[in-house]
Amino acid sequence: MIAFRPNWQAIAAFLAGLASLVALPFTATMETGASLLVTVIVVGASVLSMLKLRPAVEAVILAVASHGAAWLLIGGLEDAFGTATFGYFASLAAAWLLAWRLVTVLSEMKLTSVTAQRTVSLIVPAIFGIWILILWEALTRGGGVPFVLLPPPSSIGARIVTSTNILAADFVQTVLKAVFIGYLIGTLSGFVVAVLADRFRFLAAGLLPIGNMVAALPMIGIAPIMVIWFGFDWHSKAAVVVVMTFFPMLVNTLAGLAATGHMERDLMRTYGASHWQVLGKLRLPVAMPFIFNALKINSTLALIGAIVAEFFGTPVVGMGFRISTEVGRMNLDMVWAEIALAAVVGSLFYGLLALAERIVTFWHPSYR
Amino acid sequence: MSTMPVISARNLDLVFQTGDGSVQALSDITLDIEKGEFVSLIGPSGCGKTTLLRVIADLEKPTAGSITVNGTTPENARLDGAYGYVFQQAALFPWRTIADNVALPLEIMGLGAEEKASRIKRNLDLVNLTGFEKKFPWQLSGGMQQRASIARALAVEPDMLLMDEPFGALDEIVRDHLNEELLKLWATTKKTVVFVTHSIPEAVYLSTRIVVMSPRPGRIHEIIDCDLGDDRPLDIRETPEFLRIAHQVRDGLREGHSDEA
Ligand SMILES: Nc1ncnc2c1ncn2[C@@H]1O[C@H](COP(=O)(O)OP(=O)(O)O)[C@@H](O)[C@H]1O
Ligand SMILES: [Mg+2]
Repeated sequence: MIAFRPNWQAIAAFLAGLASLVALPFTATMETGASLLVTVIVVGASVLSMLKLRPAVEAVILAVASHGAAWLLIGGLEDAFGTATFGYFASLAAAWLLAWRLVTVLSEMKLTSVTAQRTVSLIVPAIFGIWILILWEALTRGGGVPFVLLPPPSSIGARIVTSTNILAADFVQTVLKAVFIGYLIGTLSGFVVAVLADRFRFLAAGLLPIGNMVAALPMIGIAPIMVIWFGFDWHSKAAVVVVMTFFPMLVNTLAGLAATGHMERDLMRTYGASHWQVLGKLRLPVAMPFIFNALKINSTLALIGAIVAEFFGTPVVGMGFRISTEVGRMNLDMVWAEIALAAVVGSLFYGLLALAERIVTFWHPSYR
Repeated sequence: MSTMPVISARNLDLVFQTGDGSVQALSDITLDIEKGEFVSLIGPSGCGKTTLLRVIADLEKPTAGSITVNGTTPENARLDGAYGYVFQQAALFPWRTIADNVALPLEIMGLGAEEKASRIKRNLDLVNLTGFEKKFPWQLSGGMQQRASIARALAVEPDMLLMDEPFGALDEIVRDHLNEELLKLWATTKKTVVFVTHSIPEAVYLSTRIVVMSPRPGRIHEIIDCDLGDDRPLDIRETPEFLRIAHQVRDGLREGHSDEA
């Protein structure tokens, strides 16, 4: 006797798969056989998913079926821009539902080994990302979305491959020069000034109101002024980044230095510890979560700041320069390529800081 | 000079100014503590035991009266490393291992690596924490954390120990053991100890003198001599002499309370 265990994703995928049969073939260039094959795959997998299989077996079936179907569907878009039928989208929805079911099965699996848990915790977001790309590609090309509105990821990818030189030059100009140098100067000086302002309170009293004012200044006001002061090249962009990152670091570090408990301070006092000993051995370690908070906020601010500052005058290189000029030329794939580059750089930057934070503040209740 | 008290307080007052009025935490405290004494401060919550200890440690300034520690101001005594202070909570640094926590005051004193290592080993041994050197405080039970904080205070090797209910959070068995260890340490090193406690048996077992305090305002109600001799096994607590002193302390606490009415 075969045990039956329906789940809503499989039922919906089954129905969507059957519904896709009303509009064969799926696109102008896709053969009826290939279309039928997609339907058979999604309907078959949804039936199997409703049987009481071992979770690992079900996961493999779902992974192969949903991504196999998606691969056939994307392949069916060759020379078929905007010709996808109702059947195409119905079977795409079925494949997507199977992927959803796959993620559910994976996250419900009872895993004992740590490596298996780690692997699953990496696979699940990967499936998520892959399906964003699949749906984006299928909807833009299958549904005939105009290129300027939203280019498909495949054209953006192709553009990235053919324009690596330009992207690399823009990366060096914007990220390695403006962002990193500005970030280093801004956060370091914010930190040093915070430590001094903590020692000499009058500094804090004078600086914090000014800091609040500068933080409220619109960047579009600062950027042109910095161009006048520091010229068109990356120096003026780095200066914008310095202004944007200095005060978050100052304010967070001051808050972190104030976060030490009374008892711990009293303890250091009983040892007759000097101001700098208390700072180094107690207050800075306590402030570390606050400092990392500022480092992470600043990583995002610095990238935005440097890119937007390039809108206000720059030599003919840089990510912000590229975005503003290629938009004017309707080369949206190049714009999106730069956006993808910014996203990767931003995520890596943030991720590295988060990793460093885990290592440095391993003792904090949120990590241990 | 040797007859001079280690701690000499004259008519101490301490008034805390708070948002909703002032609190008189200490009122007219006069107390001399000789070198090598073991003095317990006992009394109900809020009677100023912690505040008095903090005044001795220069963590709080009296608003009136005078106090000397080691013949000088509490501040000078503190800067000389005259005492080790054990707080009510362990106050270990979570980013340091147990051994590194004990090393903290030694780093500030600027001791050499070898001396540091031997003091860490000796004092962790004394509080039965050998084998836990590499653990972090949050990996240990509350009682073990408190023992580590005692090891940290002892590692300074001060002539005076100021202890604020150090065993308050520990279970009976650990407490008994640490009481014995503390007594042994006191008997061999002749350190001066000022010890805050809530527990009458603990005070009688450990002390040479018991200062009974009463609240609102915090003041000394009575000082009871309590010399059970240097050799005190744990079962001394069943002897008539012990019970007599314990009674006296209890009566003192009761009177102190009824003063208020
Ligand atoms: N920093 C402070 N500010 C205001 N009031 C305080 C402060 N510390 C202690 N007090 C008050 O002083 C009194 C004595 O406190 P404390 O010495 O802690 O008592 P005990 O240790 O005997 O329980 C209490 O009424 C307490 O509320
Ligand atoms: Mg207290």
